[in-house]
Parts: sequence; C-alpha cells; structure tokens
Amino acid sequence: MRTSIILENITKLYQMGDSEVRALDGVSLTISDGEFTAIMGPSGSGKTTLMNIIGCLDRPTSGSYRLDGQEVAALTDDQLAVTRNRKIGFVFQNFNLLARMTAHHNVALPLIYTGIDKKTRHDKASRALAMVGLANRMFHRPNELSGGQRQRVAIARALVNEPTIILADEPTGNLDSRSGEEIMNIFHALNRQGRTIILVTHEPDIAACARRIITVRDGKIVSDERKER
Amino acid sequence: MFWESIIIALEGLKANKLRSVLTMLGIIIGVGAVIAMVSIGMGVRQKVQTSIAGLGSNLLIITPGATSPTGVRLAAGSNNSLTVQDAQAIAREIPGVSLVAPFVSRQYQVIYGNKNWTTSIQGTTPEFLTVRNFTVDSGTFFSGQDNDTRARVAVLGRTVADNLFGDISPIGQTIRINKAPFRVIGVLGAKGQSAGGADQDDMVLIPLTTAQERVLGITFLHSISVQAVSADVINQVQDEIVELLRSRHRLGAKPDDFTVRNLAAILATAEETTRTITLLLGNIAAISLVVGGIGIMNIMLVSVTERTREIGIRKALGATYYNILLQFLIEAVVIGVTGGLIGIGLGVGSSYAISGIAGWNTVVSFSSILLAFGFSVMVGLFFGLYPARKAALLDPIEALRYE
Ligand SMILES: Nc1ncnc2c1ncn2[C@@H]1O[C@H](COP(=O)(O)OP(=O)(O)O)[C@@H](O)[C@H]1O
Ligand SMILES: [Mg+2]
Repeated sequence: MRTSIILENITKLYQMGDSEVRALDGVSLTISDGEFTAIMGPSGSGKTTLMNIIGCLDRPTSGSYRLDGQEVAALTDDQLAVTRNRKIGFVFQNFNLLARMTAHHNVALPLIYTGIDKKTRHDKASRALAMVGLANRMFHRPNELSGGQRQRVAIARALVNEPTIILADEPTGNLDSRSGEEIMNIFHALNRQGRTIILVTHEPDIAACARRIITVRDGKIVSDERKER
Repeated sequence: MFWESIIIALEGLKANKLRSVLTMLGIIIGVGAVIAMVSIGMGVRQKVQTSIAGLGSNLLIITPGATSPTGVRLAAGSNNSLTVQDAQAIAREIPGVSLVAPFVSRQYQVIYGNKNWTTSIQGTTPEFLTVRNFTVDSGTFFSGQDNDTRARVAVLGRTVADNLFGDISPIGQTIRINKAPFRVIGVLGAKGQSAGGADQDDMVLIPLTTAQERVLGITFLHSISVQAVSADVINQVQDEIVELLRSRHRLGAKPDDFTVRNLAAILATAEETTRTITLLLGNIAAISLVVGGIGIMNIMLVSVTERTREIGIRKALGATYYNILLQFLIEAVVIGVTGGLIGIGLGVGSSYAISGIAGWNTVVSFSSILLAFGFSVMVGLFFGLYPARKAALLDPIEALRYE
C-alpha cells in the first residue's frame, strides 16, 4: 500500500510573549492511503496543530513533511493553497460554514477556487449534498439547519473536490450522539470508497470506529495501535 | 472567478444596505458635485463665449480717451478726439479692414402716442448691422443716402418696439425723439442680454449725421467699430489703426487719446477666466471624492476585520492570495462604481435643477461624466488596495482562530 503522508521529527513552537509553547515535539508518523486513523489525547496536547500541519494549513517549525512525495516546506503559500484545494478536505468542530450563503453555495465554494465552470460546480455540489443525505435542504442557509445537518454540509464541502485525504477535527464535538453516529457512518462510507480519513476526537467510542488509534500527549505520540479485522 | 467576485460583492452590499449607502455617500456627493460644478462652470463659459461672439466677429472697437493697461479709463485725453474723418480714413487706408461703423449715442425719451420710453438713441451707418451682428426683423434698415440727407428715420430695437407699440406694427408710424418726429422704417431681430446682463435690444438706431447734427449737436464720435476681414489679421489691423490715428491726431510723444479694444483678446481672457473657475470648482469637488475614498477604506478595513473568519475559511478551502485580494478589491470598486453611477444621476439631475430653478446656464459635458466616473473607479481601487492586501495576507490559522 502507498503511503502518501510521511512526517519525520516534526516540531511546532508557538511564541507566547516570553515563553515558548512546544505544541508538537518530535512527531514522526506515516499514514498509508485508505487508512482510517483516529487521533486522541487530552485538550492542549497538540492534536489540532498536528491536523493543521498535515492539512497544509500550517508549517512545522522544524522536521520534514512529505505529502505525495513532495516536501511541503518547499512550497509557497499559494502552492499550499492549491494543495489544500485539490488534495485535502477539512471538517471542523464548529462547521465553519459561511452564514450568508446557502448550503449549496457553501459546498460549491472550493470548486470556485479550483476554477471549475458554473454548471459543473452546480452539479458536483448537488451530488455531494445528496451523498450526505441533504438533497432536500440544498438551498437552506446554515442557520436554518440543525447541527448535524450543518456538519453534513461541511462534509459535503470537504468531499466535493474528491480529495484523497479528509481531515476532521472533533467533527462530532458539538453534536448529540445520534447526529454524531450519522456523521461517523458517512466517514465510514467515504473510507470504503478508498479515501484516507484522519479524525481527531475526545470520545473513546468514536475513536473505536477507527482501525488505527494514535494517542498524543504534550506534543508527543505516546501510542499508535492498529486493530486487525 | 471574476464575475463570481462581482456577484459576491454585490450580495455583500445588499446584505448591509444602510452601511453600503453611507459608505457610498462620499463618492455619491463627490461625483455629483464634480459634475454639477463643472456643468455650471462650462455653462458660464458657454454664455460668455456666445454673448461675446454675438457682438460681432473679428471686431475692434475704438473709443476716445486713453486707457491704462489695466483697462481703467484715465482722466487725461479728450473725449472728443474721434471724428467721422478718422473712421473714413481707417476704411480707406488700412488693408484688412472690411467694414467700419462710426457710432454716437445718448439717452433720450422716445414718445409714441401717449406712451413714452427712455432708451439709448444710437447714430450710426448701415455697416453697423453687419459689424455688430444685428439682423432686421421687419421693415428695412436706413441706407447710405438716408445718412447723407440726415433723414429722420429710425430702426427700433425689439424692447423699444414692444414697449411703445405692443401688438401694433411700428413700421410707418411716427415717434418723437427729443421732441423731433422720426418715421419708423424697421425693427431689429431680438438679441437678448449681453454677458454683462444689459438688454441689447433696448435702443433706437438712427442715421449718424441725423444723430450728430439734429439730435445730439456734436461733431465727434463716441466709438468706431471696425471689422477685420479675418481673425488672422486682426492684431495687425489693430496696430495699424493705432499708428494711423496717432499720426492723424498729431500726438508726437504724447500718449494715445483713444483706445482700441480687440474683442478676440477679450474673449480669450474671458475664456481663460472661466476655465480657471471651472477647474477650481472641479478641484473642490474632487476633494470630496478623496474624502469619499477614505470612507471606502474605513469601511473596507472594518469589513476585513469582521470577516476574518470567512477569510480563514476561504483560505482553508484553497483561496490564494490573489483570490482574496481580488474579492476585496472588487468589493471596493463596486462600492466606488455604484456610488459613482448614483452620483452621476445626482450631478446631472442637480445641474438641470440649477438651470431650471436659478435660471443659470449649465452644460453637462460627457467628458466630465467620464472623468468623474473614472475617478470613482480609481478611488475605489486605490483606497481598496490596502484593506484587500491586509485580507489577502492573513494567516489562515490565525484567521480561523479569530472569534
Ligand atoms: N496560535 C497559537 N499561539 C500560541 N499557542 C498556541 C497556538 N495554537 C496552539 N497553541 C498551543 O499549542 C498547544 C497545542 O494546541 P492544540 O493543537 O490546539 O491542542 P488540541 O487541539 O490538542 O487541544 C496548546 O498548549 C495551545 O495553547
Ligand atoms: Mg483542538
């Protein structure tokens, strides 16, 4: 199996006034294509920081990260933007939808930056929304949708450009358990299609769905377990 | 992407109507003021141009008495230095002169029946008609022979005809000027007000010799109008007239006892003045455009801060520096252009209102509309650039963490 995510000895330092925060401290990690990985750990342990680096939103202070064989440190900001647009889909804990726009418009947003024509954009967004079961809510604004529906819109937006990697940072953190279950079912379906899923979570039963569970503490990986089925 | 951005920008403006209008207000007022002010300036200029041109083309006017270079009449020099012989000499001896009209005038009461009207009685020769650009509306003008025979005939200006005769035709009627009877043989076409606001139709024309000998009792002239054959020779003709009159008046080393005014030169000066006024008005208005631009910058900076999270989301989804820059620049330009369009409507409307209500002449020129519009686009671009750059340079992580 191909491994497209390779992190070697990644550190991330944040300057907070006089003191330095070591959010990641020598993290090495490889993730193969099609893996379903959960990242666990207490609050402030560096999970989000790790996700942001994997998702090319942020750059490590030191260490090497290769994505599809490309050293990310060598890319310009605009090249990182293009990489995020083509290869990565983000799902955030607080959904991060644009309130002014309809669900359909939100989902089509990444395609605007890909430079896809309007008709194709419309079709792809409709299909992505249908896939997460929101075909009948396409033209509602986020404030007219429930939390679970909003997160499904966000997932549709993450998968609309058919990325190989989907990153979800506590996607069920703001949802009730039933909505959380629905969301997890969607992630499983996406994983069965062959997409790499990396999911940050607090909840052990959510993590239990994943085949691989990585635990982080104080910016270090303290355990990395694989379940065989 | 480009059209998308324009639509996104328009939607944004629509979502926040009151704020958008307040932001645009500076541009609306600026553009409106530029157009209205320039149209007033151009109106004044056009009015001065037509009224000076209406006096007659290629015209030189000679008056007795010296004038200082600033145009102030000096006490020195006699006021009876110009004669009919001077006028005849100019016509005879100076090439480049096409017509010469000697001229005298004084205020008198004119009586017809039980009506009277005090007006300017002007004695001149038939050349006056062409030189000063008058037309005969009805009847005829007096001839050279009327002048030779000191005939008691009169041609009325429109204002005099209206006041003395009303609806009756004045032709063939007898009026009394300073108690002497005159037969009306014609009425001039109306010319309206001069640049100075004087009524150019409030006068009665009679033959020069009649005026000099039978009415005023003088032998000198009040002025001589000279028409040059073309604008090219007018300065040369002016110099030759000065030379001729100096030698005829035997002035030697003494200063001129007459003044030659060149209407082309006066016209040029007047145009220069009105151009300056127009420019000044336009500049004052342009300052308000800049103030409007600062308003755009202010609101765009607020908008960038408010939408920090949106910018973070867009960047996470793959928006590049250029994408974000373009989005905010287009918003700023859309504010500028929308404000500019409303301002054009306002400016054109108010300049028509000014000419309608105040009775001023205004000229809405296409170039001032184009200029003001172009300016508002530039203002949007210029003052939008800094906020847009600020947005485009935001770090996606920082922007997403923004509360
Ligand atoms: N932008 C930042 N500036 C300063 N410190 C930060 C920043 N982002 C994260 N941190 C710090 O880095 C550590 C890891 O944060 P994070 O990755 O968000 O943890 P988690 O997602 O596991 O809760 C925390 O101590 C946090 O305070
Ligand atoms: Mg976190």
